[in-house]
Amino acid sequence: MYDFKELHEAGSVAEALRLTKEHPGALILAGGSDILIKLREGKLAGCELISIFGIDELRGICLEEDGTILIRPLTSFTAVSTHPVIRQHIPVLGEAVDQIGGPQIRNIGTIGGNICNGVTSADSASTLKAYDAMLEITSAEGTRVLPFAEFNLGPGKVDLRAGELLTGIRIPKESWERTYGHYIKYAMRRAMDIATLGCSVNVRLSADKKKIERLRMAFGVAAPIPVRAHTAESTAEGQPIDEALLTRISEAVIADITPRSSWRASKEFRLHLAKEIALRAVKAAVEKAGGSING
Amino acid sequence: MQIIGSAMHRVDARDKVTGHAKYTEDLIGPHTLVAKVLHSTIANGMVTAFDLEEAWSVPGVVDIVTCFDVPDIQFPTAGHPWSTDKKHQDIADRKLLNTRVRCYGDDIAAVIAENEIAAANALRKIKVQYEEHAPILTVEEAMKSTAMPIHEERPDNIVVHSSYEIGSFEEASKEPGLIRVEGTYETPIVQHCHIEIANSFAYMEAGKIVVVSSTQIPHIVRRICSQALGVGFGDIRIIKPYIGGGFGNKQDALTEPLNAYLTTRVGGRPVKLAYTREETFACTRVRHAMEFHIVSYIRPDGTFAARSIDAYSNQGAYASHAHALVANAVNGFRMMYPVGAIKGNAYTVYTNLPTAGAMRAYGIPQIGFAMEAHVDDIVSRTGFDPIGFRKRNMMKLGYVDPITTITCHSTGLEECIEKGSRHIGFAEKRMRYAAQTGPLRRGVGMAIFCYKTGVYPISLETSACRMILNQDGSAQLQVGATEIGQGADTVFTMMAAETAGFTPDKIHLISTQDTDVTPYDTGAYASRQTYVSGMAVKKTAESLKTKILAYAGKMLHKDPWDLDIKENQVVHRNQEKSLIPVAEVALEACYSLTDSNHIAAEETHHCSDNTYAFGVCFAEIEVDIPMCTIKVLDILNVHDSGRIINRQTAEGQVHGGMSMGLGYGLTEFLKFDPKTGRMLNDNLLDYKLMTAMDTPELHAAFVEPEDPTGPFGNKALGEPPIIPVAPALRNALLNATGVAVGSIPLNPEKLFFEFSKAGLIR
Repeated sequence: MYDFKELHEAGSVAEALRLTKEHPGALILAGGSDILIKLREGKLAGCELISIFGIDELRGICLEEDGTILIRPLTSFTAVSTHPVIRQHIPVLGEAVDQIGGPQIRNIGTIGGNICNGVTSADSASTLKAYDAMLEITSAEGTRVLPFAEFNLGPGKVDLRAGELLTGIRIPKESWERTYGHYIKYAMRRAMDIATLGCSVNVRLSADKKKIERLRMAFGVAAPIPVRAHTAESTAEGQPIDEALLTRISEAVIADITPRSSWRASKEFRLHLAKEIALRAVKAAVEKAGGSING
Repeated sequence: MQIIGSAMHRVDARDKVTGHAKYTEDLIGPHTLVAKVLHSTIANGMVTAFDLEEAWSVPGVVDIVTCFDVPDIQFPTAGHPWSTDKKHQDIADRKLLNTRVRCYGDDIAAVIAENEIAAANALRKIKVQYEEHAPILTVEEAMKSTAMPIHEERPDNIVVHSSYEIGSFEEASKEPGLIRVEGTYETPIVQHCHIEIANSFAYMEAGKIVVVSSTQIPHIVRRICSQALGVGFGDIRIIKPYIGGGFGNKQDALTEPLNAYLTTRVGGRPVKLAYTREETFACTRVRHAMEFHIVSYIRPDGTFAARSIDAYSNQGAYASHAHALVANAVNGFRMMYPVGAIKGNAYTVYTNLPTAGAMRAYGIPQIGFAMEAHVDDIVSRTGFDPIGFRKRNMMKLGYVDPITTITCHSTGLEECIEKGSRHIGFAEKRMRYAAQTGPLRRGVGMAIFCYKTGVYPISLETSACRMILNQDGSAQLQVGATEIGQGADTVFTMMAAETAGFTPDKIHLISTQDTDVTPYDTGAYASRQTYVSGMAVKKTAESLKTKILAYAGKMLHKDPWDLDIKENQVVHRNQEKSLIPVAEVALEACYSLTDSNHIAAEETHHCSDNTYAFGVCFAEIEVDIPMCTIKVLDILNVHDSGRIINRQTAEGQVHGGMSMGLGYGLTEFLKFDPKTGRMLNDNLLDYKLMTAMDTPELHAAFVEPEDPTGPFGNKALGEPPIIPVAPALRNALLNATGVAVGSIPLNPEKLFFEFSKAGLIR
């Protein structure tokens, strides 16, 4: 039994926006896989909920005319990982969300909910960060576009104001074309687990596949919010691919992250892991791109 | 015998997979009130006052009970047979709700409400005032002379201290030329994680208190409830339907005594008290964390000259099963390698952690890890062969334990070791893996164990069974022994059918225990039921058969001694041809106008014997050093549990135990906030129970020496499979990396620090 005051179900974005006006303080419910846990714990006892789960216009993935990948926020993880656009152009995003929870959670949980929940361990967040995703945020006043890089304000806090709804996630063509990505979720289990650390990278190689033209890297659980590893990225730019470069990239990661000790894992352990998984993720991405570490 | 040893399907399989099987929650009727317990938010101190005003104002609240209201009775909770000898009785150290708070999450009040939301809401509105003291979380801390007593009856916080010495350790260790090896080993606090949480519902009927509960031990829980409430045994009735696992946690009174009391507060209305997963973690029972210090003196010929062990067991807040577990552990230390002088010393100590109780294999997984890790520390330092060393020193046929007198009536351990060793290619791989370099390294490891069957002679072993013949020649079979998922109902059905000469479909086992009507048995624990209760079933089926043949003899004008029953037919002894179907005899016996006889049998088996089961685990692993991970490539348990009653369910038991052993060895441990004593990972996300994705292919094999004391040549099997897994993995890690880790689990963060210390990670 869940303790909440009222549940309002929206059938369209317009209706959802109206409901948020009428019920200030109400929580937006998408798949519910985060909110129901809090409800069960009694932390939200007596709250009001606005369910947007029935809004089909907020579901789906497509390639826009200019080559931008558009992911609507209510798309379930399962739908993301099985969608042909994702599989063809940014399979790493599908691989990342395929490591969330178990099949049931991936069927109900949504990619928009994952990033709006604002936690550093969100498995989709590091890949979306590494691909410079842009967010479309809608309110009664209109629509604003915000780089995902600026969305996370703090642990569990995102730049979503009262009366606003996330309505689109876009990855520009310039960001994804000719890239190959790899995500490593380091967790204690191979399923049903929260990341101890997550690292998503994507590389664009030179035509001869001897150099890294561009590296993008982002981490989850390496800081209070999902973060990009800019130092590591610039270390790689234009550099010939060899073991020494991998080591330099992995060492550079330290400047980009600020993991902390918690009862889940110590800072020392997380720092060690960050270097190791960064190295392995870059290596795997390079190999997917057709490059090779030693010539 | 054709039924025993077959792979018969479980008798409850159909009901369980189709959802027809009824568990406690399925039986709760409408208009049942909901109770919730208020747990303390300090670990050590006193409740000084409650403010209940706001809580009472919540609509739907029916009653609020606090620690100041409950009967002033301290009672024990352990699922042991009661001892009529005061000295051997369990420690009575808790009340239904406690004013003296002894762990974070102690039960201090309860709300009864019309529904769950009202109960939870009222619970949040209760204000508590405490007198607070710093929590004492470790054995070391609790044993300090300055430590505050957690129970006034034990001013030094030592629940029990025991010791033994076989021969003279001091004299024996002086023998010239001995090699001395010493080690310290630690095991963590873990939890059972049965699927069905702790729950019950209670109501009053005919002036009696009825508790329907998910328990392994209905008859014992009846006794405990009567003691806790200060009423007669007969005033309590416990009903045990199907249960979703227990693994020892439900070999303890959990929600039942409080719930029995709560229904009396509301005029006997039904009250449900179901714990959440979080409460089941933090407020039921856990496995004892133990620390062992072992010293061994070994002769140049590879035999033990002298061994000693000091063991410290963290009991947590309340005694529960108390010292029985660490006593079992240090006894197991003696029994496995009964060579040379042996000295044991064991302490069970109160702390402000959750209460530790029974859990699968009862102290032996703890000693199994310490002892078998220590043996590999010995062989890695001395160069002895790990298998040869174990074979030289391990228990042999005919061994009589000098303290408990438990005798080795049969052993297939040597054969188990050979079978497992061949499967994994142990000797060759161990050599090949000894000197590897690089980030990925492989290793093989093994560990053996012995495990007694049941609790005799430490406690009473007794069991009763009843069979009633139906008019169609089938029979009801009723046992006090409980089905808890392990397959007990199936093997009892097989035993009864085999003995009576019935086909198994003619045996209708009544799975539910109801203490008002079910014959007495202490319940499911100590891997005892197939051995002890099995004998009661065998005796009862023999008795029923004798009665049927006596009646058939009259009908056929034959001497019953010349008759037998085969496949539901009365036959001449040693012949196959049917003389008359049992069904015809049964019909006549029931409705005869001249000689009606309602054929039934009931027998008690008072068991005064015990025997050892044995086994071994072999594991091959791959270690990724920079990632600090262990991947299990191959793992096999080989068991000597005597004759296997049902191959399929036996394999299921072994797989389940190995899975638990893998978690114990690699991932599972409960974490506590050092400042408050609060359990941090009290849920299945943060408590790293393995998933199917993490579990390697599990291999189970058996060797089957017939044990002369078992009803069908059988010995313990339920608990043993967990025992050897963790040490086998740890010894494989030693083979792979040369790093001897002294504690479990071998989780990545621990490996990070161990590998760093060993210079494998820079």
